[in-house]
Amino acid sequence: MRIAATLENRPAAMLALVFLAMLHGAVVLAGFLAPYPFAEQHRESPFAPPTRIHFFDAAGHFHPRPLVYGPEGSQTYPIELFVHGRLFGVQEPGVLFLLGSDGFGRDVFSRLLYGGQVSLLTGLAAAFLSLGLGWVLGTAAGFYGGWLDRLLMRSGELFLVLPWLYLLLAVRGFLPLHITALQAFLLLIVVIGAIGWVRPARLVRGVVLSGKERPFVLAAQGFGATDAYLMRRHILPLTAGVILTQATVLIPQYILAEVTLSFLGLGVGEPVPSWGNMLSEARQYYTLVSHPWMLTPGLAAIPVLLAYLVLADALLPDQRYRYP
Amino acid sequence: MFLLCQGIWAADDVLVVPGLNGHPGGRLVYATRIEARTLNPVTAADAASREVIDRMSADLIHINRSSYRTEPALAKSWTVSPDGLRYVLELRHGLRFSDGHPCDADDVVFTYQVHLDEKVHSSERDLLTLNGKPIVVRKLDAWHVAFALPSPDAVAERLFDGIWILPRHLLEKAWHEGKLSEAWGLRTPPEAIAGLGPFRLKEHVPGQRIVLERNPYYWKSDPAGHHLPYLEELDFVVAGNEDLQVLRFESGESDVISRPSARNFGVLEKQSEQKGYILKNVGAGFEYNFLFFNLNDLPANAPVEIAVHQSWFRRTGFRQAVSAAIDRESLARLVYMGYATPLSAPVPPGNRLWLDASLPRLVRNPTRARELLTAEGFRWSSDGALTDSQGRKVEFSVLASASNPERTQTATLIQSDLQQLGMRVDLVPLDTRSLLDRVQRTHLYDTCVLSLASSDADPNVEMNVWLSSGGSHLWHPEQAHPATPWEGEIDDLMRRQIVARKSGERKRLYDRVQEILMQYLPLVPLVSPNVLAGAKKELGNFRPALLDHYTLWNVEELYWTAGARK
Repeated sequence: MRIAATLENRPAAMLALVFLAMLHGAVVLAGFLAPYPFAEQHRESPFAPPTRIHFFDAAGHFHPRPLVYGPEGSQTYPIELFVHGRLFGVQEPGVLFLLGSDGFGRDVFSRLLYGGQVSLLTGLAAAFLSLGLGWVLGTAAGFYGGWLDRLLMRSGELFLVLPWLYLLLAVRGFLPLHITALQAFLLLIVVIGAIGWVRPARLVRGVVLSGKERPFVLAAQGFGATDAYLMRRHILPLTAGVILTQATVLIPQYILAEVTLSFLGLGVGEPVPSWGNMLSEARQYYTLVSHPWMLTPGLAAIPVLLAYLVLADALLPDQRYRYP
Repeated sequence: MFLLCQGIWAADDVLVVPGLNGHPGGRLVYATRIEARTLNPVTAADAASREVIDRMSADLIHINRSSYRTEPALAKSWTVSPDGLRYVLELRHGLRFSDGHPCDADDVVFTYQVHLDEKVHSSERDLLTLNGKPIVVRKLDAWHVAFALPSPDAVAERLFDGIWILPRHLLEKAWHEGKLSEAWGLRTPPEAIAGLGPFRLKEHVPGQRIVLERNPYYWKSDPAGHHLPYLEELDFVVAGNEDLQVLRFESGESDVISRPSARNFGVLEKQSEQKGYILKNVGAGFEYNFLFFNLNDLPANAPVEIAVHQSWFRRTGFRQAVSAAIDRESLARLVYMGYATPLSAPVPPGNRLWLDASLPRLVRNPTRARELLTAEGFRWSSDGALTDSQGRKVEFSVLASASNPERTQTATLIQSDLQQLGMRVDLVPLDTRSLLDRVQRTHLYDTCVLSLASSDADPNVEMNVWLSSGGSHLWHPEQAHPATPWEGEIDDLMRRQIVARKSGERKRLYDRVQEILMQYLPLVPLVSPNVLAGAKKELGNFRPALLDHYTLWNVEELYWTAGARK
C-alpha cells in the first residue's frame, strides 16, 4: 500500500509508529506494569521523591538484583518480579516510587500509566467519533450536493464557532451532581468528538466532489450503479488517505483537549487519574518549588504529541490535506 | 498639613497603651488576595473589604484579640445597672474623626440607628436584636449614651465590639435619602470618608492598591507621648490569589503575610533565614473543619436518590460510623503538614475556655464503625461494597469548594477512608457560590466539607449555627420547630446560657450542648488548622493573634525597628 511504502522511506516515522504502539501497549497493560493501584495511598510517605535504586548496598557489595532502602534507612528491600500480580514491586513496608509520590502518597508512575489510559483513550475515541461523523456527513454533502450540502456545511460552520469549553460546562451543569468516572469519561469523548467533525467533513467533501466527476465513476453511473455501490466501491477509497492523515492531526489535539479539561476539573473525578487532573494537583506554588516530579504527566505528553506529528508529517509531505 | 496637626491637637482623654516603645515612621505593605469591594462599614460582608475598613474605624468597647477581654476604646468607662439591662457609656472627650470633625454622642446614636434600621440590611442587626426586640440607644448628654437591653445578656459588653462609629456629618444625609447602602463605594474620594481608626484613606488605584495614611486625630498614644499609629502609611496591594501572596512576601515586596496555607508555610520556612523574615505558628485557631450531612426536609421535586441517601444519613449509627472511620491524624499531617489539631468536638481547640475537655478524643476505629453499621442494618456484599437493608449499594457524594485545595484534599482523604468501609463516595468540587446555594437554598446535595471560624471566643456568636432556627444551622437551617428532640434540647440549652449570669453555669450548659452534638453528629468534626503568619524581622510589635484580624489587629502598635525604615 502507498502508506506503508511512505513509512518505510521515512525511518523517523517508523520510529514514531513503533513508539506509539509500545506506549499504547504499556498503557493498556497498566494493571500489570504499574507497581501500585492508582488509588492506593501511602499516608506515611506524602510527596516522597523518586525512590533511589541501588545496585551497591551500604557495605559496598554488588547485587545483581537492585534494591531500595526502607523508610528507616537501614532495611533493604530487593525489587522483585511478579509480585502481587504485577510485573515488579517491593514488599511492604518498602516503597518503590519510580517517579515519586503525590500529596496522598500515591505512586506517580502508576498513576501516570493508569492516567494514560484515560487521556490517550479519550483522544483516540474522540478522534474516532469525529472522523466517523465527518466521514459520513462529508460524503453525503459532497455526493448529493444541493440543499443537503448547504445544510451540512452551514451547520458545520456553527459547530466551528462553538466555544467547546463553555458547551462542556453547560452540559455538565445539566447533569446530576455526581456522575461516575465512567460517565464523565464518556461525556468528555462525546463532547470533544461531536464538536470536531467539521474539519474532516470538509476535507472529505472536497475529495468526494472531485472524485464524483472522475471518468470511472461516471462510467459506473452510466452502467446503472446505485448510489450505495458508487460510494462503497469508488468514492470512499479515495477518502481513506485524507481520513488517515486527519487522524494523526486530530488525535494529539484531542489528547490535549482532554488534558486541558481534566486540568480544569471537568474530566474524570478523584481518585481516577488522568494526565490532566494530575497536573492540576501540580499547579500550586509549593509543588512547583518543592516537588517537581509532579510535573511528569506534562512531560509525558510531549513525546506522544511529537510522535503523532512526525507521523502526520510523513504521511503528508505537502500540507494540502491537513488544514482546509 | 497633618504634620501641623500632630502637635496641636490632643484629645482630652487619650488612651495610653502601656508597655509600648516604638518610634514613628515607615510604610507597611500588605498583599491581599482579592480587592476590597466597598468601604462602607455598614454593608461590607466580605473579608477583603473588612480588612481595609477595620483599620479606619473604631468601636466603643473593643475585644483585645490577644487576651479576649473587653477593653475601653472610644468609651472610656461605663456603668451597668444591677439587673444587667442598662448600660451607660461615657465617651472620651474631644474625640475627632479623621477629617477633624468632632465626634460625640450624636454620632453614636446615629450609628446604632443605622444598624437597627431594617431598610439598611446591616449584618449587625441580628446581633443587636435579642429575643426579637432591638436594643434601645438614647443620648443622655454630649458624652454619655444609654443602652437599654430588652433582656439580660451575660456578655453584653462584647456586643459593642465591631460596631464602628459612623460620622453623622458625612452619612446622615445619605441615610435619610435611603442611599446609605451605596455610600462609600470604592470610587468615593478620600475627603468624603472619615472614621475613628488609626488610619484614613489616602488614595485608591482600582485593581491595584488601596493606600491608607496615618490618622492624625487618633485617640491612642504610647507612654512616651507618641501619638499612635507609628506607621505613616499602610498599603493594601492586590496580589490575586494565595500563591501570588506568598510569592510577594517571599520576594520582599510585602511585609506581612496572614494565614498562608500550611504547604506554602513549609516552603517559606526553608528560606526564612536568608530572606530575613520570621514565621510564626500561632497555634490552634478558632476555625474548625467538618463534614455535614443533608438532613433537610426535601422539596417534592428533589431527585429520588437524595431521598435514598438521606434514609442512611438520618440513622445516628451511620453518622457515628462515618466519624469513626475518618483518619483525622492523616488529615492534619497530609493536608496541613501537621499545622492542625484533630478535633474531638465542634469547638476549636483555640477556644480553651469553652471546650469541653471531658469529651473523649476521636480516634480512628474501623472495627467500631463496622459494628455501628451492622447494628443499623447494613451488610457487606461479596465484593466488599456496603449495602443497606434493602440491598442498595451505599454511594453518595461530597461537595467541596473547588477554589480551596485544602477542602478538596480533605474530601479526597475522607473518600479513601470511607471506601475502606465499602462506601463509594464521589467527590464533587464546586465553586463556592454554587456550593453555598445548594447548601443554604436548594438543599440538593448529600454531604459537604466546610469550615466555620468563630469571630469571638464566646459561644454567643455561634447562636446562628446551633439554634435550629438559625440560618447557619447548616445541616437543616431555619427550622420552624426543632425537627428532632436533641435539636430541641440544644435550642433550650443555648437560650439558657445567653441569660445565665455566672460563667460557670454557662460553661456547664455549653458542655452539655457539645456532648449532644458529639452523640448525634449532624456534623462530623475533622481538624482545626493552626493560625500561621509571618512578617519581616524588622517589624516591631508583631504579635499575630488567633482571632481576626490575625496580623493587623494591633496595626497601630506596629513599627519599624531602627535601620529598617521603608
